[in-house]
Amino acid sequence: MCDTCGCNVTPGNRHLVEAGGRLERTAGGAVAVDVLHGLLAENDHQAAHNREHFDRHCVLAINLMSSPGAGKTALLEATLPRLAERYRVAVVEGDLETENDAERIRAHGVPAIQITTGSACHLDAHMLHTALHQLDLDAVDLLFIENVGNLVCPAGFDLGQHANVTLLSVTEGDDKPEKYPIIFRAAELVLISKSDLLPVLGDFQVEKAERHVRELASEAPVLPCSARSGDGLDAWVDWIDAQRARNETVALPAREA
Amino acid sequence: MHELAICQALLEQVADVARENDAQRVARIEVHVGPLSGVEVPLLERAFSIARAGTVAEEARLETVSLPVRVRCEQCGQESEARVNRLVCGHCGDYHTRLCSGDELILARVELLREESVALAV
Repeated sequence: MCDTCGCNVTPGNRHLVEAGGRLERTAGGAVAVDVLHGLLAENDHQAAHNREHFDRHCVLAINLMSSPGAGKTALLEATLPRLAERYRVAVVEGDLETENDAERIRAHGVPAIQITTGSACHLDAHMLHTALHQLDLDAVDLLFIENVGNLVCPAGFDLGQHANVTLLSVTEGDDKPEKYPIIFRAAELVLISKSDLLPVLGDFQVEKAERHVRELASEAPVLPCSARSGDGLDAWVDWIDAQRARNETVALPAREA
Repeated sequence: MHELAICQALLEQVADVARENDAQRVARIEVHVGPLSGVEVPLLERAFSIARAGTVAEEARLETVSLPVRVRCEQCGQESEARVNRLVCGHCGDYHTRLCSGDELILARVELLREESVALAV
């Protein structure tokens, strides 16, 4: 094969090497290859695989995201007793270090797998997949994935979840959706956590937080709630029930296939 | 700092393209990034300069093309330019919009050096 005089260029492949072709030559003599792949194709592929796992086992997977300390684990602790009668729940916990959160969940008699990411600031689909192998998905109806506390990176990685829930605690300020648009735009539900502190703080306006969410072209419900007082937990559980009902109609054909 | 993880995914894809095309070296990589992808271009470039060491792209240039944020309104049907934290319609102000551009994170093009072009370049 001779690339110098061009004798390997035939009518069949000429379109590849001409201007705009897939193997066009650059001025420097390099071969240009158009790829047009998503950079996270590998993660997305694994995420799709995780989603198939969930659907085959009829598991609804909910990804919880927030800054550290917004109350993801506390919300789960307050929610688990309300779900225990109807659903078999499991939790995957993501943190840089420690089993602390998984132990808090296990204290409620709920299986919990802790992923310690070391220095990684987010969970990815491969980490979740490894954790799933430690769970009997046939014994799970509802899986919560508690992502690493971080308002930036977790939004970039699909895990295979069916829904994203982003928590914003009232001590963080009502302009967080404006400052961290990507993670709030990704949410199917925004929970305004620690709502029992609203009267104490006085400067967090739920309507303002909701307006910032709408400005992200999001129709996600914005629900104030408090793990401590129980405020809003009924609406949160109703939302989970609705997701579960919707997921059953979607997942059923996948299971029968 | 998830840019490093993204960079490693990028380099794996580039290595695949080089292998499929029998290339020994990569001269240039073109990536298209939308502001809503969550990737910061300066951080990606810095991560790239670290992650490329010892790979087929060791001497490659990384060039990023920033794409605009654009939305189409479901109410008035018009397209408009938008900002990452204000994705409402620029014409009628409604928030029922769909993103047309701005969340991309795409490996668009790789320029490869094969043995004979390496020789030419020397």
